Amino acid sequence: MFMRYTFLFILFFSVTSGFAQDDAMRLLQKVKAKMDRVNDYAATGKMRTDVVFIKAPVSNIRVYYKKPNRFKINRDGGISLLPKGGVSVNLNALMLTNDFTALDAGKATIAGKELRVIKLLPLQENSDVVLSTMYIDELRLLVLKTNTTTRENGTYEMEMQFGNYADYGLPDKVTFTFNTKDYKLPKGITLEFDDGSKQQQLPKNKKGRIEISYASYQVNKGVSDAMFK
Amino acid sequence: MWSLLRIELYKIFKRPRTYISFAAIWAIVSLIQLAIYVDGQRYMEFFMKDLAASFEIQGNMLNGYFVCFIILQTLLIHVPLLIALVAADMIAGEANMGTLRLLITKPVSRTKLMISKFLASAVYAVLLLVWMAILSLFLSMVIFGTDGMMNAKSYEIIILEKDDIFWRYALAFAYAAVALITVASLGFLLSVFAENAIGPIVATMSVIIVFTILSTMDIPLFQQVKHYFFTTHMIGWKGFFDVKVDADGNAIVGSIANLPAVLRSAGVLLAHTFLFTGAAILIFRKKDILS
Repeated sequence: MFMRYTFLFILFFSVTSGFAQDDAMRLLQKVKAKMDRVNDYAATGKMRTDVVFIKAPVSNIRVYYKKPNRFKINRDGGISLLPKGGVSVNLNALMLTNDFTALDAGKATIAGKELRVIKLLPLQENSDVVLSTMYIDELRLLVLKTNTTTRENGTYEMEMQFGNYADYGLPDKVTFTFNTKDYKLPKGITLEFDDGSKQQQLPKNKKGRIEISYASYQVNKGVSDAMFK
Repeated sequence: MWSLLRIELYKIFKRPRTYISFAAIWAIVSLIQLAIYVDGQRYMEFFMKDLAASFEIQGNMLNGYFVCFIILQTLLIHVPLLIALVAADMIAGEANMGTLRLLITKPVSRTKLMISKFLASAVYAVLLLVWMAILSLFLSMVIFGTDGMMNAKSYEIIILEKDDIFWRYALAFAYAAVALITVASLGFLLSVFAENAIGPIVATMSVIIVFTILSTMDIPLFQQVKHYFFTTHMIGWKGFFDVKVDADGNAIVGSIANLPAVLRSAGVLLAHTFLFTGAAILIFRKKDILS
């Protein structure tokens, strides 16, 4: 009798989890199909860097993307520091380059919105991404938040806000949060000017943030390979 | 006064050894530029080791503005030696050649004579700096191009926009001129005491080397007294490459982080210049010239 119930329970669990997994995969395929419509884009916007040891101005940027994972940010008249990781600040690359299996992880409410939570596990053993969690708006088929753990570059989080280009799955604003390591150079090398101001104690391992606000996109108009050099 | 200054400048630029300084700066700047052109990437990797662990750096880091910053940082410690070669020779050189006594028999006051000699050495210092600016800034801009600049301090990194840099260099070179004129005034003062130029040249350099080492060492005792050394204020030009931040922590384009501190340091250097030059004039006026 006990064996029979155990067998039925395992069978039920396998079937339901299989359905859930299929369901997650189906939702993800729909989101992917929406994003797949974008072969390339060139966008303009503004980038804000909020890292405790970096003083950088808000700058005008041009962003280029080409399938499957080519992504470049050019700062107008300047140097930019971007958190390490090839998929940084770019959802398309994260979604389209990895062979992964999807697991349904239920639902979560973020900013008053009920979102579907799906965990992505890469199939390739040498993939830099270890685990990625996506928070998906099922009605609009948009990824509003991701949380990705990588082998080399720690954990980072992306939050997206959508507006004019939501039909393509392209965000109006991306906030990228990541772990930073400590920064220090010997004073003997930098030979810096001591202006008498007290050096503030920098918190250790504080998270860094990069905010990109997109002003306009040019979708599927062709982007030259030279832009990615 | 103008004719006295012209005579002193003529004397300086008539001597072949004056041009050694210009040749030396050309050689040093060219070698640094060549080294950065060939192997700059590895230099950057060493410098940005901590940063590269977390960030990808996009843009032309090794551009003319950055190269000029490296050259200025390296050279402005050594250029005082070249300034001392001329400034410390102004009086002692004349005494050594036996022309000083003859010079003061002319119907010109000793004060005017000293001021013209000091101004001549200041003009030499400024010309040397202009030469350095042409080579290190303008030539580097031609060779390496221009882009934004990253100023790496010991505890923070300042990113400057491409259009927000040139004016900072203009002010930095003006500040460096004030610093080098202070060195010239020190050499000039020490020159009054000697009858051979070697002594004041070595003494000027010794003062600069000792004070620079003491102010660079991160030892509490030296940190307390370093503000009394004029050499501490000689690197005040770097203050032009730091920016203010707004309430959100964004750097404000076109701002200087602590302008009062930079101006205060410039004031300290100017005060030293007046003190050294004034003392040199006073001592020379009362000096019994025997050579």
